[in-house]
Amino acid sequence: MYEFKHLPAADTAAAVEARNNADDGQYLAGGQTLIPVLKQRLAMPSALIDLAGISDLKGISVDTETITIGAMTTHAEVAANADVRRLIPALADLAGGIGDPQVRNRGTIGGSVANSDPAADYPAAVLGLGATIRTDRREIAAGDFFTDLFETALEDGELITSVTFPVVEAAAYVKFDNPASRFAIVGVFVCKGSDGVRVAVTGAGPCVFRAEAIENAFSADFSPESLDDVSLAADGLNADMHASADYRAHLIGVLARRAVTKLI
Amino acid sequence: MPVISLTVNGRAVEGEVEGRTLLIDFIRRDLGLTGAHVGCDTSQCGACVIHLNGLPVKSCTTLAMQAAGSEVTTIEGLANGDTLHPMQAAFRQHHGLQCGFCTPGMVMTAIALAKNNPDPTEAEIRQGLDGNICRCTGYQNIVSAVRAGAKAMRG
Repeated sequence: MYEFKHLPAADTAAAVEARNNADDGQYLAGGQTLIPVLKQRLAMPSALIDLAGISDLKGISVDTETITIGAMTTHAEVAANADVRRLIPALADLAGGIGDPQVRNRGTIGGSVANSDPAADYPAAVLGLGATIRTDRREIAAGDFFTDLFETALEDGELITSVTFPVVEAAAYVKFDNPASRFAIVGVFVCKGSDGVRVAVTGAGPCVFRAEAIENAFSADFSPESLDDVSLAADGLNADMHASADYRAHLIGVLARRAVTKLI
Repeated sequence: MPVISLTVNGRAVEGEVEGRTLLIDFIRRDLGLTGAHVGCDTSQCGACVIHLNGLPVKSCTTLAMQAAGSEVTTIEGLANGDTLHPMQAAFRQHHGLQCGFCTPGMVMTAIALAKNNPDPTEAEIRQGLDGNICRCTGYQNIVSAVRAGAKAMRG
């Protein structure tokens, strides 16, 4: 790792100020992506502003229609939370399947969402459920948030404080994971809510995206057979040593069928 | 350099660290506790697993500064004198190791698993060990050891 200053922040305002004052500062959430990146010298921030001491960013609150998860809440906490498990079990399952137990004890929802890793699990739930990302300065709808490979709508220095998920009628997440990293080669989140059927796909493109052809098919007939005549184009999908673009396109359909099968 | 204080295996310790010092390096180099290992550079192998405030974490993917004020338990903190922790004894009894390099991380992970889930199934054990890689055993005896260790822990 290159040298950097470690600056613990006491509250959100102090964190944003420290970030603005640093030459090339970066927020440190759970560090489960950032620290490996630093170890490989792929980034050289002058300072890490550590968010771990900000109690306002932690915890899960629930009302009748939504679940709000603080940005610094760990995957293990979300997976084990009784309210999340009761109201949106697919979200608890997704959090409980990220990485491995040690990663889940440190990694946070805010860190995962801010990173917009093309193969991360959380973006699928955020977009699939139509969540709202709250920051230190505004609210951003999930559909406007993930913009490209490791790119989001966050402005320079903008800090995610929480993510609010609507409680929906039914939702399921199924991923085909890389056995070494447990990242999604492809993951599909299917949700049936007040605004119809939403299908979000992670792992397959530059960032998470909605599969409209599948949404239309499921809206007409919420069954795996509804995809029999739907073919998905491989154009623009990821291709690497683990899976070709064609194979990923195929997997989207397979996993969408499995997800909908869980819900009927 | 900043000074951090924390509790390691029940003992209050203090040390000067850089912002970039990893917790595993502080534990091994500064404290001389070489039980936790560094087996990879990519946060995947789990040989470095320790307990941070009771939870298993990868100490190679945690900054020493992030552990300031915390309670850390390493493999050295498990045995009571010459009496092994039940999970350590189960690994010995069931031959849950060959070269032993991954064992400290396996044992720390297994203890946390058994505390959360006192009677885990084989599938739950295998899933619980997702973050720990062993290149010798093929995992069979590790899974047997964890089952036996969990049983011994629940008494």
